[in-house]
Amino acid sequence: MNSVVVPNLPAVSLDAEKLALLARGLEGLTAAQLYWVAAWAAAQAAQAQRSGPTAVAVATRTSERLTIVYGSQTGNAKRIAEELARRSEAAGLPVRLLRADAYPQRELAQERHLVAVISTQGDGEPPDDARGLFEFIAGKRAPKLPALQFAVLGLGDSSYPQFCVIGRQLDARLAELGGTRFAALGEADVEIEAVAAPWTEQALEQARELLKQAGVPARVTPLHVVPSRSTHSREQPFAATVLANQRIVARDSERDVRHIELSLEGSGLRYEPGDALGVWPRNPPALVDQWLDALRFDGAQEVTHQGRTLTLRQWLEREREITRLNRPFLAALAATSGDGELMRVLQKEQSAEFTALLAADQPIDLLRRHPAIWQPEALVAALRPLAPRLYSIASSPKVVGEEVHLTVAVVEYEAHGSAHWGAASGLLAATDEDGKLPVFIEPNERFRLPADGERDVIMIGPGTGVAPFRAFVQERRESGATGRNWLFFGNRHFSSDFLYQVEWQQALKDGSLHRLDLAFSRDAAHKTYIQRRLREQGAELHAWLKGGAHIYVCGDSTHMARDVHAALIEVIATHGSRSPDEAKAWLAELLQQGRYARDVY
Amino acid sequence: MTTELSHLEQIKAASRFLRGGIAEGLADSVTGAIADDDTKLLKFHGSYQQDDRDLREERRRQKLEPAYAFMLRARLPSGVVTPAQWLVFDRIARDYASGSLRITTRQTFQWHGIIKRKLKPTIAAIHDALATTIASCGDVVRNVVSTANPIESSAHAEAYAWATRLSAELEPKTRAYHEIWLDGEQLVGEEAVVEEQEPLYGATYLPRKFKIGLAIPPLNDIDVFTQDLGLITIVEQGVLQGFNIAIGGGMGASHGDATTYPRLASVVGFVTPEQLFGVAEAVIGVQRDWGDRVERKHARLKYTLDHRGLDAFKAELESRLGYALAPARDYRFEHNGDRYGWVEGHDGHWHLTLHIESGRLADVGERRWLSGLRELAQVHAGDFRLTCNQNVIVANVAANERGRIDAIVREYGLDVYAKQSGIRRHAIACVALPTCGLAMAESERYLPTLLPKLEALLARHGLADAPILLRLSGCPNGCSRPYLGEIALVGRGPGRYDLRLGADFIGQRLNQVHRENVDETAILDTLAPLFARYAGERGEGEGFGDFLLRTGILTPVPSRRIPVEVVA
Repeated sequence: MNSVVVPNLPAVSLDAEKLALLARGLEGLTAAQLYWVAAWAAAQAAQAQRSGPTAVAVATRTSERLTIVYGSQTGNAKRIAEELARRSEAAGLPVRLLRADAYPQRELAQERHLVAVISTQGDGEPPDDARGLFEFIAGKRAPKLPALQFAVLGLGDSSYPQFCVIGRQLDARLAELGGTRFAALGEADVEIEAVAAPWTEQALEQARELLKQAGVPARVTPLHVVPSRSTHSREQPFAATVLANQRIVARDSERDVRHIELSLEGSGLRYEPGDALGVWPRNPPALVDQWLDALRFDGAQEVTHQGRTLTLRQWLEREREITRLNRPFLAALAATSGDGELMRVLQKEQSAEFTALLAADQPIDLLRRHPAIWQPEALVAALRPLAPRLYSIASSPKVVGEEVHLTVAVVEYEAHGSAHWGAASGLLAATDEDGKLPVFIEPNERFRLPADGERDVIMIGPGTGVAPFRAFVQERRESGATGRNWLFFGNRHFSSDFLYQVEWQQALKDGSLHRLDLAFSRDAAHKTYIQRRLREQGAELHAWLKGGAHIYVCGDSTHMARDVHAALIEVIATHGSRSPDEAKAWLAELLQQGRYARDVY
Repeated sequence: MTTELSHLEQIKAASRFLRGGIAEGLADSVTGAIADDDTKLLKFHGSYQQDDRDLREERRRQKLEPAYAFMLRARLPSGVVTPAQWLVFDRIARDYASGSLRITTRQTFQWHGIIKRKLKPTIAAIHDALATTIASCGDVVRNVVSTANPIESSAHAEAYAWATRLSAELEPKTRAYHEIWLDGEQLVGEEAVVEEQEPLYGATYLPRKFKIGLAIPPLNDIDVFTQDLGLITIVEQGVLQGFNIAIGGGMGASHGDATTYPRLASVVGFVTPEQLFGVAEAVIGVQRDWGDRVERKHARLKYTLDHRGLDAFKAELESRLGYALAPARDYRFEHNGDRYGWVEGHDGHWHLTLHIESGRLADVGERRWLSGLRELAQVHAGDFRLTCNQNVIVANVAANERGRIDAIVREYGLDVYAKQSGIRRHAIACVALPTCGLAMAESERYLPTLLPKLEALLARHGLADAPILLRLSGCPNGCSRPYLGEIALVGRGPGRYDLRLGADFIGQRLNQVHRENVDETAILDTLAPLFARYAGERGEGEGFGDFLLRTGILTPVPSRRIPVEVVA
């Protein structure tokens, strides 16, 4: 299990055998060589810290502190957990902050004060870093927790039917195991802060009370916080200049995919392969026109919401989410229009009708279908604040310097007789060279190349899911990694949709990519997806995994990631002579170890 | 001076009888291309790797490789196609290729736009239709062509049969084609490959392509003097006597390189039908041994003849044959191009020649010629003949079937030839852009723009019906036999051509460069006054090229080899 990082290292004890081994290895080295070894060991230690769990701890006994655990896929849960930890600390509470996969499961039975911040992935799954802990708690081996005081904040997206289901299950299960809630389950929708801020406030208040009762003296412990080198953040994005905006699918492709290069020069922003770039979108003016048209509103009229006054056009274009449907908006629309049909669909939480509605329509379609007399203020209030979009970064800073590259599928299609757009992709596609975009870096610690360059790497990234693997291959070439790189890529058509084809060909030639397996689904009568290639290459794939390879999956979460996961289980079972359950367990173990990482959306 | 064999010779030598790495290249899913060296070998199998040049730059920016696709050419001796074959070829055009069939200037079909993974099923389908693509390109004897209507007498039919047999006999013998394309049994191990024999060609085949054509006077529709080996059929009193042998013809040249030039074949003697195979093999054998394998630009037979001397070549030929060639017999050509409409054969069957502009059969807008020919193939009981002027003959139609054929021809507008101008009926254009890798200027795509402008000029002088041989070529290599056009445009760069004038109407005199590297305006401005004079001063039946020389507008160039340079 991962060790906890503490400010003052305890005395390290090596067993005799290790020590003897070490001494033998150091025998006969010159002073300079010994210093080198010391430096090398220090670097190893630093590396272990960096790639290890994000962990903050104080040397306090379990019962006397607040433990905050988070499970995060895109970084939101992590951000909120960190914020809560900071504020707890500021309030003088002893606190430890742990990513779920760094939580020592055997300590659960002794845990007294626990906060869990956990997201729910698209199809009702826990985030990858929380799978192990979640399964442990949900499973038969979970200890009884009669002494536990806990609080759960669930994060989710009400556009999906399984809204916050993981948070709910965790909350229910902890109670079932005998725990007592010190704060009611929080369910934060995409507009996270609206729920998270008051919830955090309340949870903090309760925790303070509890720990006071437990007789814990308030004291301030410094957190291990990596100082940010940039003044730019999600809240204060950097205006990055577009250096290139190039379509990278052929003219006859059914979709538009862009390769976008942005300059981070002067921003102080740093990233690593695997990280995402957050882009604050602006809604397409043509879509805002459609809204104003459908609602018969004047875009110039001023609307005040929560103390801010902007024109309605400004609200719709820059401040509100108008390309994605969600339950609160649907509820407001149902109430405003008084449409019985809509109300009926909304009543059942997880109805197929509701899911179909979310999948098929954008808000504009429903505005048109259910005409209603809106008040501009009510409309603005019913809409969520515009949220940034995250794009997996497609470049390695070792190669591109102070640039960041993205691979963006442009959402633009015809439906119900009119044009539809996405918020950010349309903006990205429409921003020409020298234009500027508000961006920030969203680190993804769970999606990192192995520190050991000798490890083999398997990358599965169909469609724009290939983006981070362009960064990986660049990074591995530049850092002189000696492990092999194997990419699985798929898309619709070979001739038009083979993203970065020429670069992959070059990488195969220069030896920075060792294998490339492809599946183009629309080129043959029977659709072939990447999972099939995984099965075809099963023996080899399993051999790589057995040899310690890391495996990465990036792309669509609804179908691809699930199908790939199933294919991997099958490959491991077939070629590793394991039962499906054993294969599943082994894969879960890889996930736990960070050798199987997913960046799916 | 370098004596190192050209790169292509090294590729051939290492190819294990044309195998190379083609099979591995086909299996490489990361690219739509095959390895560069293998593209050279692929030609021997009947295919050129090409890419859509219109898209090249756009795709480079899109980080995509060029839009690679393959041209595939059938080997159809004498251009004969059965209706059943036609239907297969038509299906291939629609299922595997770019939706069109193209009749080449060498009497066969080619398909464009076949992507790599469709290449093998396409070749298999052609094979199943009892045809092949082997040696339709490459340094071998290509498809043997012959006068397209050789059924006017039994002697004609006999001559045609010789041409067809010759084509079959001279096919390469390597098993590579079967192995790669038809899942034929592989010869195992190096030894098996070593044991494989190419008795005529040897392991490195010929220094360059080798074209054979058979003409039956008075028709010179195949341009017999452009062939490496031309056979001029001698029929006396209705009986096939044999063939005059003409050697060393060829069209290709390079801009700005006077050591390359078009050359008309030299008539060196007469052979009987029984001697034909021996003589053909001996000519090929001398070229195989004497031809230039260092400099490909000088590798055609025409250069071997000029470098070694015609007499020396003939002496070597006769020494290998063990006898002297008989003196050439008299012959007379009267006509180039095709004779459109119905013609009755000696046996009472009828033949209908249709004009297919640039040989392109496709359904484009109103013009649904691909469908029209498909419908003809569905009802036709005879066969089809492709011509060297890119046209098609619906051959061997019983008299009482003519009405049915005519109805389909009318329905699909395939009877346009009847109303066409003389120049349109005698126009040939090569494929050029966007698929041909050699093209410097447009050709096939330019013809429909150019023709109406020329027709307007001609019509102004009452020359609408004057038969004038017009040849368009995107480059100087000469697939459309531009050096025998009475008017020819040879591409120099986008929108720019050498205007060549002065060939005769029967394929016996080369033209000459009249204006170098000019655009359309200059071409039309140059031709307008010439058409005016031709209209006013031409003699009875006098062709445009002959007229230009007789009146001194052009100065005659005596030599058979006419360097590509400005003469006017």
